[in-house]
Amino acid sequence: MSEKNRSDNQPAFPGPRGGGHGPGGRQHGYERPKNAKRTLLRLLQYLSNRKLTLVIVVLMMFVGSGSMLAGNYFLKPMINDYILPGDFNGLLNALIALAAIYLVGAGATYLQSRLMIQTAQRTGNRIRQELFNKMQNLPLKYFDTHTHGDLMSRYTNDIDNIQQALEQSLVQLVSSVLTFGGSVIMMLVLSPALFVVTMGVLGLMFFLSTKIASQSRKYFQAQQKNLGSLNGYVEEMVDGLKVVKVFTHEDETIEEFKGRNEDYREAATQANFFAGIVMPIIFNLNNVSYAATAMFGGILAVNGSFDIGSLAAYLSYTRQVGHPVMQITNQFNAILSAMAGAERVFEMMDQQPEVDEGTVTLVGVNKNEDGSLMISSNGARPSHWAWQVPQPDGTMQLVELCGDVRFHDVDFGYEPEKKVLCNLSLFAKPGQKIAFVGSTGAGKTTITNLINRFYDVDEGKITYDGINVKDISKYHLRLSLGMVLQDTHLFTGTIMDNIRYGRLDATDEECIAAAKQVNAHSFIKRLPDGYQTHITADGANLSQGQRQLLAIARAAVADPPVMILDEATSSIDTRTERLIEKGMDALMKDRTVFVIAHRLSTVRNSNAILVLENGEIIERGDHADLLEQKGRYYQLYTGQYVLS
Amino acid sequence: MIKKLSKYIAEYKKYVYLVPILVFLDVLCELSMPLLMARIVDLGIPGKDVSYITRIGIYMILLALGAILFGVLNMYFTTKVSMGFGANLRNALFEKVQAFSFNNIDRFSTASLITRLTNDVNNVQMTLMMALRLLLRAPMMLVIAFILAYNINAELSIVLAIAIPLLALGIILIIKTAVKLFTTMQEKVDAVNNTLQENLIGIRVVKSFVRAGFEIEKFKKSNDDLTEAGIRAVNIAILNLPLMMLVMNGATLAIIWLGGQMVFFGTLGAGELVSFLSYIFQILFSVMMISMVILMSARAEASGKRLVEVLDTQIDITDKPLALPESSEQPSTPMQVQRGKVEFRDVAFKYDRAGSGENVLCGINFTVQPGEVVGIVGGTGTGKTTLVNLIPRLYDVSEGVVLVDDVDVRDYPLETLREQIGVVLQKNTLFSGTIRENLMWGNPDATQEEIETACRDAQAHDFITSFPKGYDTELGQGGVNISGGQKQRLTIARAMLKKPKILILDDSTSAVDSGTEAKIRASFYQNLSQTTVFIIAQRISSVREADKIIVLDDGNIVGMGTHAELIASNRIYQEINASQQEGVLANV
Repeated sequence: MSEKNRSDNQPAFPGPRGGGHGPGGRQHGYERPKNAKRTLLRLLQYLSNRKLTLVIVVLMMFVGSGSMLAGNYFLKPMINDYILPGDFNGLLNALIALAAIYLVGAGATYLQSRLMIQTAQRTGNRIRQELFNKMQNLPLKYFDTHTHGDLMSRYTNDIDNIQQALEQSLVQLVSSVLTFGGSVIMMLVLSPALFVVTMGVLGLMFFLSTKIASQSRKYFQAQQKNLGSLNGYVEEMVDGLKVVKVFTHEDETIEEFKGRNEDYREAATQANFFAGIVMPIIFNLNNVSYAATAMFGGILAVNGSFDIGSLAAYLSYTRQVGHPVMQITNQFNAILSAMAGAERVFEMMDQQPEVDEGTVTLVGVNKNEDGSLMISSNGARPSHWAWQVPQPDGTMQLVELCGDVRFHDVDFGYEPEKKVLCNLSLFAKPGQKIAFVGSTGAGKTTITNLINRFYDVDEGKITYDGINVKDISKYHLRLSLGMVLQDTHLFTGTIMDNIRYGRLDATDEECIAAAKQVNAHSFIKRLPDGYQTHITADGANLSQGQRQLLAIARAAVADPPVMILDEATSSIDTRTERLIEKGMDALMKDRTVFVIAHRLSTVRNSNAILVLENGEIIERGDHADLLEQKGRYYQLYTGQYVLS
Repeated sequence: MIKKLSKYIAEYKKYVYLVPILVFLDVLCELSMPLLMARIVDLGIPGKDVSYITRIGIYMILLALGAILFGVLNMYFTTKVSMGFGANLRNALFEKVQAFSFNNIDRFSTASLITRLTNDVNNVQMTLMMALRLLLRAPMMLVIAFILAYNINAELSIVLAIAIPLLALGIILIIKTAVKLFTTMQEKVDAVNNTLQENLIGIRVVKSFVRAGFEIEKFKKSNDDLTEAGIRAVNIAILNLPLMMLVMNGATLAIIWLGGQMVFFGTLGAGELVSFLSYIFQILFSVMMISMVILMSARAEASGKRLVEVLDTQIDITDKPLALPESSEQPSTPMQVQRGKVEFRDVAFKYDRAGSGENVLCGINFTVQPGEVVGIVGGTGTGKTTLVNLIPRLYDVSEGVVLVDDVDVRDYPLETLREQIGVVLQKNTLFSGTIRENLMWGNPDATQEEIETACRDAQAHDFITSFPKGYDTELGQGGVNISGGQKQRLTIARAMLKKPKILILDDSTSAVDSGTEAKIRASFYQNLSQTTVFIIAQRISSVREADKIIVLDDGNIVGMGTHAELIASNRIYQEINASQQEGVLANV
């Protein structure tokens, strides 16, 4: 039932769900940004208010790498000057100095990590919040054209990657470069001759690691593609498991799954093999360089052109130089991939927000005896509402909010080339109940979406108490309109919280009164914790009908002058609907109400029924009028005509 | 848990034995290097023996190349084993889930089953790979390096004997605290994602109640909570590195101090001292690796448990064990549903079979003759769906018996039974693929003619042929590109194509307008006269002409008869009818 009419308020969008990446996320390190420079500059802006921190971090990285390099170098004087000659006092002093260097190094590393974590987490927090704030201002069109999975993954994968890159990759990249550069310099200082040997192996290492990495990237892409197809299949078949069982299709399904699983296994084996051999190869090539160094260094020492202390120090640099080589490639890839994610985040941030040029606002007023309006100043809920319209001379004019809604020659389409509404005019006088009848795609929901400006008209205009809705601030416009939608959406929290969502300052008593008004009270009372019952996962522990009752109560507590009910009672069986009809009648009293329903029982007692076809009104009148006209409504009512 | 999962690795057993050998050789190669280097320094250089130095140097290079070979081989087998294990496990899980009864499916949520089959399997598979690479290597490295260091100098290894437990203890403390903090952080992550999800799904509600500010505040709170928890957790986790550095450097200093004196007095070579120093790094690094793997497997353990939970699920609806050959009087006549007679005898049902849950159905008794059309009406939650689900054994009765063609449904092989029963579920699913492919679920051998007949009966033929690609139109996942009413008609056609003896329609025309629905219904009477049809409906008009209408209320049959009989005598039926007498306008 919940699927029904989906296409009435949004165009259907076939295509992959969740961007096809499936659970498991985007693979780290195998994506490239489109415009690296611009993205980097923009990311750096987020760090601009942390310049001092960054300076300290870089300083600390220098200290950290320096202490490590110095520690290794100390081996030379220690062996040559103290150990071999037997100067233990000197050795002790040198060790104490070394201990101090190590301590400073450890301290610097710790401080640097702490600062960077703060920076990364706070930056991630800021980007996440900015993205969320932005999201709240995006027009519905944006949500129509993007899957939830896609949008979610910007928050989860993409921002996480940015945070990770700041927290680890950036620091490790810089410190790897420092360590690598420092080691190279120190090796040069110790023995330029040996360095030639080391260089040869280092070059080979660089070459191999980039080679294998690009190979492995290719396989990883294949793996991701197969994983997407496999996980997509799991999703679809688990979701439709009951249908599979009803058609005894288990064997075929398992067969298909096994095929996809096998494809994935092959791709994954290759991808992980190539990713996995990088480490042993690089590491052991490093050992080759270590061996070659030991050998040539030994020969040099025999010739007397090299001493044992220098050899020991040189060897320890050789050990260290391999790790940064690997780190530099890895972290560089991670940073590029984070930047690709950042581009998706920025793309969303750069979307055009909902336009809101309206200046007319809603104010609470009290009516004087002569009928003039006075802005109510005390905190109590005012007796009436009014539009405050700014005049060209700078004064404000008050127009009482009555709920008079008119469409003047409105044209609208979700896509420019496809008109949903054509030259549509209609009026709803204050307090009238207007019902829309028509088949899917006739434009019923679209009409209501134009009143609250979920979408804007292409041609013509809509007036609300004589004011063009485009001139009313969206916030105040929507505040004055209550909505109960086809798909009820509840939020995690108690039942009370959910009813109060309609008006945040409503007291418990007011919420309960609203629930009673729409006959939701009796079922709520029977729940284990009554109004304090916790609702989870979009109200999964309530029946569809109960959820809809809560959505109606939520609208009731908002107490708006105009109400839009879009298939509000479709999930409630006719007997239950009868029970809440009284409540609904009370809810609709003294309000302008737009009702979309497919049950005649809901529509029958409206002041005006509009029959829509292909975006045009083909009949208008009350129930009796329309029956008398013997037109389309009459045919529908008597079952002679079938909507299609 | 490990025992249960280990059977999926069985076919790779020989590799599993091979891997430790390769790792052992690899470690040995690597750890021999410093020892050989010590020889160069202590024997070659003082002896000025260039050929000795060259020889040892070449040994070292060969060892390093050998280590590459062993490492790559090890990786080859490791990926083969772990990916193969993952694939086996995934197959087993998928097969298990396919065998689930409706009861089993209900107990796990769909989302949770999907995560288990995707994320959780991946976690376990990756952890196995890590374990094969590191969990074997690190302890071997630790032990062998320690032995070698001990051989170089027993006294100096006392320093290691102090440093190792010190580091291990420190890391365990850090990890323990960090794990707790990371768990808290994960909860905050969930909270943030939950708020996000709700805002995406409910964006229209948020916008129409203009609650952007409220939602932003709500998000800010959970976002800030997450950041604070994140900082707290990571701050602890990063203590690992400085700790490692401090312990390692402390040990290095102590060794240089003690070892330096030995070198001077000639009890230790300078080269040996340097090689000892490189063992420190390898040993302490292994300690850190081991603790990391332990941390990682803690995460995989949670996933593993969730997988075992699926694998261990008792399938509660299975075929009756085959009768023993000697006791079967009339052998090998496969049982078939021939006519489609259905009888309920004193049936009661509750979902929670073990517990004290309330009966959803109670005291259900009725008989339906082959070819009859039966309507079932009643409010929501009165047990209509449950009742029909008992016929194809989607659930089993708690008490009493359901008979099809006078045989207890539990005596049929499941597949035979369900093959003869067509069910159109309330929440019905179409799969990605063409319309034709979807329809052929009903009958894989159906001819175009048969398909078209079924579609005409279900009033689907006209709209299908109105698509440019007709029956070969691609449907998106879940049939997103067609309307609800079209979807329902396709699912009806799919079930009809099965040519079942019994057809069950569970509120499956709710999105079809009444005129079209009347035509579909007419085809039941005209073309399916041999088929027993059950129709669950909201609207009285849907069941008006049925041979028999069952009125359910609160799990009990409160009325049974034709429309005329019930309208005359049954209070609840009258009420339902009254509430609908204005008729219904349906959408397509």
